[in-house]
Amino acid sequence: MSQDILTKTKSSVIRTEEMVLNMGPQHPSTHGVLRLELGLEGEIITKVIPHIGYLHRCFEKHCEAMTYPQIVPYTDRMDYLASMGNEFGYAVAMEKFLGIELPQRVEYIRVIMAEFQRIASHLVALGTYGADIGAFTPFLYCFRDREKILHLFEITCGARLLYNYIWVGGLSHDLHPDFVRKAKDFIKEFRPTIKELNELLSYNKIFIDRTANVGILPVDTAINYGVSGPNLRASGFKWDIRKDDPYSVYDKFDFDIPVGKGTHGTVGDSWDRYFVRILEMEESLKIIEQALDQLPDGDVQSAIPKRIKPNAGQVYGRVENPRGELGYFIISDGSTSPYRVKVRAPSFVTMQILGELCKGYMIADVITILGSIDIVLGEIDR
Amino acid sequence: MKNTEEILQILKDTFPESSIELKADLPVESFIICNPLEIDKISNFLHDNTELDFNSLINLSGVDEIKANQLSVYYHIESTRLKHKLVLKVAADRNNPEVASVTDIWKGANWHEREAYDMFGIKFLNHPDLRRILMPYDWEAGYPLRKDYENPEFYQGMKVPY
Amino acid sequence: MMYDYFVELFGNTVIAGIASGILMSLLPLFIFILPYALLAVLAERKVSAHMQDRLGPMRIGWHGWNQTIADILKLIQKEDIVASDTDKPLFNFAPILVFAGSYAAFAAIPFSSYYIGSEVDLGIFYIIAVTGLVVAGILMAGWASNNKYSLLGSMRSVAQIVSYEIPTMLVVLSLVMVSETMSLHKLSEMQTGYFWNWYIFGGPGFTLTKFLLIPSMLIGFIIIYISTLAEVNRVPFDIPEAESELVAGYHTEYSGMKFAMFFLAEYANMYAVSAIVAALFFGGYQSPIGYLGNLLGVEWLIPLEQFFWFAAKGLFFVFVQMWLRWTLPRLRVDQLMAVSWKYLIPIAFINLIIIGFITLI
Repeated sequence: MSQDILTKTKSSVIRTEEMVLNMGPQHPSTHGVLRLELGLEGEIITKVIPHIGYLHRCFEKHCEAMTYPQIVPYTDRMDYLASMGNEFGYAVAMEKFLGIELPQRVEYIRVIMAEFQRIASHLVALGTYGADIGAFTPFLYCFRDREKILHLFEITCGARLLYNYIWVGGLSHDLHPDFVRKAKDFIKEFRPTIKELNELLSYNKIFIDRTANVGILPVDTAINYGVSGPNLRASGFKWDIRKDDPYSVYDKFDFDIPVGKGTHGTVGDSWDRYFVRILEMEESLKIIEQALDQLPDGDVQSAIPKRIKPNAGQVYGRVENPRGELGYFIISDGSTSPYRVKVRAPSFVTMQILGELCKGYMIADVITILGSIDIVLGEIDR
Repeated sequence: MKNTEEILQILKDTFPESSIELKADLPVESFIICNPLEIDKISNFLHDNTELDFNSLINLSGVDEIKANQLSVYYHIESTRLKHKLVLKVAADRNNPEVASVTDIWKGANWHEREAYDMFGIKFLNHPDLRRILMPYDWEAGYPLRKDYENPEFYQGMKVPY
Repeated sequence: MMYDYFVELFGNTVIAGIASGILMSLLPLFIFILPYALLAVLAERKVSAHMQDRLGPMRIGWHGWNQTIADILKLIQKEDIVASDTDKPLFNFAPILVFAGSYAAFAAIPFSSYYIGSEVDLGIFYIIAVTGLVVAGILMAGWASNNKYSLLGSMRSVAQIVSYEIPTMLVVLSLVMVSETMSLHKLSEMQTGYFWNWYIFGGPGFTLTKFLLIPSMLIGFIIIYISTLAEVNRVPFDIPEAESELVAGYHTEYSGMKFAMFFLAEYANMYAVSAIVAALFFGGYQSPIGYLGNLLGVEWLIPLEQFFWFAAKGLFFVFVQMWLRWTLPRLRVDQLMAVSWKYLIPIAFINLIIIGFITLI
């Protein structure tokens, strides 16, 4: 009798079904207009399907109608938290295509800017990550420091977010006379605040409980998926294009590549991905210090070509952007505008692993994992 | 660490009946052209061979070569262990663009292939989930990055050229 | 007491009863809860701002002190949106129930020896029972909103509040064992004199029991503070409204004054639980250092002083709640449950047994 009731209860009286939750496109923690289709069994995730394209602005189609120098401002708008890096990547690809030799000063300034941009971008990543976990105060500390970097950019080129600064063959402006002094002041102020951030957030027990052992990305899966940048390094693989395929003048500087060690859990968990970024900021500071000390004199616009018209052919140029490997695949048909531009956006590639990482965790962990892979939707949708 | 010529030789030795050729006269990169329906076989070999060990797909991009009446796909692959790179190219007929999918070999190819499908209409055979990715799922006006693409007048009752 | 005062004034027990009843039920609202909520909302913003290296509201009035009033005016003017697929009676009733639950708790809170809304003998018992209404309100809000985020938020909230009521009750029970009363008024009266008579320091009198009780009481205080924090959904236990996961949890669909009622209830609840902690462990309305009224021989000063001390103690704990909120990240659902069931409840239970033995000595 009781057995009957039990089976009946299971089959017909109480009916459970998977709940589908649409997270986004308007949601505080999807870092932009991303829609995640979550399958939920209570609080447990059974599937995650990302739907992208809400921020698609036809960058690649636009490029085919632009001349080569006109593309630079468009690249800014892809990864809008690391615009300097985007321009840098485009310039590196085009200079490889055209075979331009740059004045040393240009290279040094580019490296300084790219590394400052890396710090600024990581600060946003770390701050918003804290906010995702529920700690709101580190978010404002990070933005306070980022503001100082934006000020440095502002005195250099007048813009705070979308710079149009690194041109093919040169730069739009030379450094402001105060720049070197202000940059050194910033470095002096910034080092202690990294420590402060660590004390407030990184080593917080609750924070570690929330992030360690969550969303573990094994290294071979990461490579197979083409994951790059801090996310790959957090899985314990020492891979950085600045070292492994050096461009610009990165081979002249002395810096380390931090990797995830699994300090509080497994190698490649969310905490590692978070902490690698903190370590990377310190390495960037080292590079900037060396570059500021060695900064040569010269004209920053002497190598800018009057007219860019590469021969028919193709090039793939890549740089290490804050989010990973940013590549430009440019095909020319010999005219003044490209035949095809394809951008290998690091977030686009990284985003694919989300479904695999989230399975079996809870709703709160989806936010944790999504925050830890640090995506920018402008770059995914282009 | 091997350069493109050496890799070409290995490929030719392994797949004697396939048409594999090198294109090296254009700046800046040389690349290997192979058959679109055999790319999965060749990729699998490149991935599994320990001397080559191409374990990472950096980039995959579709290109519309309208003058040759082709839709082609470029693969940039790399070995993170041996630190060499290779560019592969396949060209499919524009009227029936079918390319074998490499998603089984490099999982990262999944979204790249979806994007190439979305933008060029290249059909990747054996792809697990070939849907549009950046454009709306119900976009009916064709494949926007093709050179002969024209904007539709209306989408869902909204005027498109504004 | 106020009733006696009215009896003297009117010479009639019925009129005196009605008058004191009306006054008693309205007084906490107008004298305390509303001004407190206005102040606490502003304080929250100012505290968080200064912790985060910003200034907070600065435009309306001196250092923005009119900001909350402006906010309330804005909330009153807002359109009262009710989505079409909601369960309307429940949807409309939920904020009232939540607010009523937290407001009713103030009836038994002893603000001073002369002013207690209702001096029930089972004061502490009544407060814990009546704040249970909040759970029903939250569940109603989450269910009636017809929104998946709201539903998840309210489910989490119910699980959380029900689990954390157990350690709260266990600690209250251990204190009731020591003091042998459930009336908050009597509890406060017991802890009269100086601060070493507070229960956090083992209670009144200088006996061996007092010194044996100190560690247990300290543990009890920590447990009850953590679990009350969870009961009012504050960080690190704010998972029911976890804004980065569930947008706003159970009140996602609410706007205007209905939202304001949830908001007000949250702040009222924060004070209510702080007041309970203060009354149980920190001498209630008793001054830690003696009364100025006694010193000067001005009798009417004493209730005012008591009110000041009670408000100050409660507000201090409210401040600590804010401090924690702007410092700590948020726990996950399973971790939150683990904290309650794996740590707080066993420890509270063992603590209860130890206190039982000590009181037997």
